[in-house]
Amino acid sequence: MQTATIENEIDICALTDLVEDAGTAALVNDTQIAIFYVKKTAQVFALSNYDPFSDANVLSRGIIGSIGDDLVVASPIYKQHFKLETGQCVEDDTISIDNYPVQIIDGRVLIGLAS
Amino acid sequence: MSDKRQLVVIGNGMVGHKFLQAFTQSEAMQGHEVTTFCEETRLAYDRVQLSSYFNGKTADDLSLVEDGFFETNNITVHIDDAAIAIDREKQTVTSKNGKTIAYDKLVLATGSVPFVPPIPGHERENCFVYRTIEDLEKISAAGKTAKSGAVIGGGLLGLEAAKALKDMDLETHVIQFAPRLMNVQIDEGGGSMLSQKMEGMGVNIHVDKNTSLIEQGETAIHKLNFTDGESIEADIILFSPGIRPRDELARESGIEVGERGGIVINDQCQTSDENIYAIGECALWNNMIYGLVAPGYKMAQVVADQLSATQNAFEGADMSTKLKLMGVDVASIGDAHGDTEGSKVYTYVDGSEEIYKKIVVNKDNSRLLGAVLIGDTVDYGNLLQLKLNDMALPEFPDSLILPQRDGAGASGLGVEALPDAAQICSCFDVSKGALCQAVSDGATTLGALKECTNATTGCGGCTALVGQVLNKELEKMGMDVNTDLCEHFPYTRQELYHLVRVEGIKTFDELLEKHGKGFGCDICKPTTASILASCWNDYVLEDAHTPLQDTNDRFLANMQKNGTYSIVPRIPGGEVTPEKLIALGEVGKKYNLYTKITGGQRVDLFGARQEELPIIWKELIDAGFETGHAYGKSLRTVKSCVGSTWCRYGVADSVTTAINLENRYKGLRSPHKIKFAVSGCTRECAEAQSKDVGVIATENGWNLYLCGNGGMKPRHADLFATGLDDETLIKYIDRFLMFYVKTGDRLQRTSTWMMNLEGGLDYLREVVIEDSLGLAETFEKEMQAVVDSYQCEWKTTVDSEEKSKSFKTFVNSDKGDSQIVFVPERDQMRPANQEELQSALDAKG
Ligand code: SRM
Ligand SMILES: Cc1cc2nc3c(=O)[nH]c(=O)nc-3n(C[C@H](O)[C@H](O)[C@H](O)COP(=O)(O)OP(=O)(O)OC[C@H]3O[C@@H](n4cnc5c(N)ncnc54)[C@H](O)[C@@H]3O)c2cc1C
Ligand code: SF4
Ligand code: FES
Repeated sequence: MQTATIENEIDICALTDLVEDAGTAALVNDTQIAIFYVKKTAQVFALSNYDPFSDANVLSRGIIGSIGDDLVVASPIYKQHFKLETGQCVEDDTISIDNYPVQIIDGRVLIGLAS
Repeated sequence: MSDKRQLVVIGNGMVGHKFLQAFTQSEAMQGHEVTTFCEETRLAYDRVQLSSYFNGKTADDLSLVEDGFFETNNITVHIDDAAIAIDREKQTVTSKNGKTIAYDKLVLATGSVPFVPPIPGHERENCFVYRTIEDLEKISAAGKTAKSGAVIGGGLLGLEAAKALKDMDLETHVIQFAPRLMNVQIDEGGGSMLSQKMEGMGVNIHVDKNTSLIEQGETAIHKLNFTDGESIEADIILFSPGIRPRDELARESGIEVGERGGIVINDQCQTSDENIYAIGECALWNNMIYGLVAPGYKMAQVVADQLSATQNAFEGADMSTKLKLMGVDVASIGDAHGDTEGSKVYTYVDGSEEIYKKIVVNKDNSRLLGAVLIGDTVDYGNLLQLKLNDMALPEFPDSLILPQRDGAGASGLGVEALPDAAQICSCFDVSKGALCQAVSDGATTLGALKECTNATTGCGGCTALVGQVLNKELEKMGMDVNTDLCEHFPYTRQELYHLVRVEGIKTFDELLEKHGKGFGCDICKPTTASILASCWNDYVLEDAHTPLQDTNDRFLANMQKNGTYSIVPRIPGGEVTPEKLIALGEVGKKYNLYTKITGGQRVDLFGARQEELPIIWKELIDAGFETGHAYGKSLRTVKSCVGSTWCRYGVADSVTTAINLENRYKGLRSPHKIKFAVSGCTRECAEAQSKDVGVIATENGWNLYLCGNGGMKPRHADLFATGLDDETLIKYIDRFLMFYVKTGDRLQRTSTWMMNLEGGLDYLREVVIEDSLGLAETFEKEMQAVVDSYQCEWKTTVDSEEKSKSFKTFVNSDKGDSQIVFVPERDQMRPANQEELQSALDAKG
């Protein structure tokens, strides 16, 4: 989520390159990242694009929405939900996927990867 | 020989087979070896639905025998082999083909035959009875050249036979010895109302007529002479004046039979020989032959219980009936004639609507004894329950049959007043208690309740009551049945459809703002996308719609297990030119795609990467293909057989019709996918009866079948209408599809939708054919709007640079997903499995 500064930040694309209320995939070094843009709250989130249930890189292609107060993405393959904020899987406590700091500065989307 | 006890069953008709089913479920099955003799050339079938054979049902459809029933249960069955003698001393049965089988216990389930009165001339050609599939085959063959037909007998079965003649478009006569039709079940007033209605439909009714001679006719094959000197002529004669129990085997072996026929049984269904039982229409209980199937089923259960030493007894059965005869509703309950001493009668007659209702009550007005209903039988369920449960009547019993006007609440009883023991479905003997139990065990929809109790799946007469029991139970369980689509919308799909349509809502955001909360989810977004598409048919990848689409719709292709996609171009009706096949092959080769022929008569190309989709589609479109919507909840394929153009049996051009239908409905978004098929004749090579919409050619036009399903829960489609021309066919399909699109639940195929529709197929016919909701024109208009606004989504996509760009796998790179790995198999490639994937990635380092 937007923090004041992110370490190792990498410029990905323009905000206008993202699809509103949906996911977009990005390749950062060799890591596939799913970036989600929620228009209503003007928020951007970044999670791993890898779906541990299907072993495929597909989460950016899931539908986003809310369960209660949490914003989530549903895997397009077997439909498990992951919280956009934390990467926690809703259906399975033991599963959580990586999430990355991301922010928008001057209309550019910036992501931080742990080095 | 085994030490098991030998059980022999003679007759594999409706009741004989029911007995086998009940027996295989019982404990006694273990200790018995079972043999059955089946005189007919086919195993048990549904005689009650026999007439549907004339509307296109096949012997297979009517079969009552589950696949593998005899094999799994190890029952020996001798088909086309009648038992001809019973030796009670040696305890053996001998058959026509010369088999002799020993028995410890014997069950006679030989049914009955139609009575053919010994009128001189009755053995002439084209004189038939109406009892077996063979009979119907003969009648139908004779009907091809005949112009007219007469039924001797104006009872229930006679009128059913008359309907068959009418369905064959013959001039139809009914000759009744008694002074009115159905004289057993209904009274004089009812009988004359029924005659009037039948005459109105072009059936010639002749009552009080005693046929004395059948001879060569002048204008037709036969001349029927009556004792009063009058006569009529007809090409076909059907005898249906009554039934005679098949008691000949019993009679010849010295078992007691009734004076007027029938094998005498006690409450345990035992004959005068304690080792021999008789059940069904051959059995005479308390001087009664029951000409209905439900009492026979009860007897079958009694004997199965008997043999497993479980107490059960046959205590008679209710003979009340409700049926539709040529579209006329007729019902009779209990003492229809007011024969009970001191009974009183209330009658209601509406001459303009041709409705006749009568109730018979006891002398102090407190109990119902019987009823007759013609033209309007909605009160049947209530009245039957009042009678069967001996319930107290309201203060003014006539309120039970008087029409409810001025919005006054319906009188009569609520289902709540019924005791648990009340039998709601008589065809399957399902009590109110059993229904309530099933509901509390989780069968909370009409469809689920049907499936687990069988209620309503026989004659259907109990549908309304079963629905009422269900609703009351749900209410009682405090189970405010939550039909909300999801947490974001307190509405059903149908209600949302209505809101979108009526308020002209064009986007998800607008709908959410006006009627929902939160951010939406993977349930309400695709549902809304589908509704918006059904109503307005915009391009599904408009910016506002893109985020709503399930991944398959979002990328206009089906996502596979490794994140690649499959591509299915439309091949209407399965017809494809060699050039187009070559084009498919070339594209497959160029992009290294796995190719396979689908179960829907087209070609699927697998393994396309997301970023490749637009370029592949550009090539396909240039070769003349369109999207096949294999990804959408929408029309999939219209399968066809080759039809009359090439096939020596075809009676119509199934390919042209399939192509026209596919082109008409392609792109229509709906609650779930929709599949069609068109066959060129009744051999049915296109398997149309397993489709949502099935069309089969006949010499008289198209037969339309609706609401079939393959897949997880297969269901044969129902014959909906017959002999349609092209125009009517399309009109009915337009209406049907729009009604489904409007009212179906999310992901509900037409089969489950219909199973849950109160009133079922009849109701659907009323809406689609008779336009009972007055919506037919709207449906057709709305469908035309969808047809007129069709666009190939892939064409729109490849024509737009911006949209094509959105298929890039990564927003910030032109690379593809390096973790997609294929391995070779049978000259093509397939996705790597986990291990192969790992070693491939390791090798890459
Ligand atoms: C490709 C094909 C199998 C094949 O190689 O032959 C196929 C493949 C799939 N079927 Fe199918 N079905 C295919 C014909 C059928 C048929 C046969 C037919 O159409 O004549 C049936 C049974 C008939 C029916 O639907 O009534 C069939 C019953 C199903 C079902 C069960 C539907 C049901 O009501 O029970 C599903 C699951 C669902 O839709 O929820 C399903 C779902 C699927 C999905 C979409 C599963 C998925 O989500 O990945 C498969 C993906 C297709 C793809 O990636 O391209 N498929 N599927 C067939 C494509 C036909 C076409 O040309 O469009
Ligand atoms: C057109 C029509 C419509 C009907 N509509 C209704 C309805 O709406 N509701 C209703 O309740 N009932 C209806 N009935 C009646 C219902 O079909 C019968 O009540 C039911 O079939 C009786 O079952 P069963 O097994 O006793 O006799 P069947 O079904 O006739 O079976 C008896 C079988 O035994 C065989 N058999 C006889 N003798 C021998 C032998 N010696 N060896 C071997 N096999 C033998 C016969 O060939 C036959 O196959 C209708 C009947 C007809 C013909
Ligand atoms: S359904 Fe009839 S017309 Fe079509 S291919 Fe089969 S036999 Fe020929
Ligand atoms: S009463 Fe015939 S189906 Fe229920």
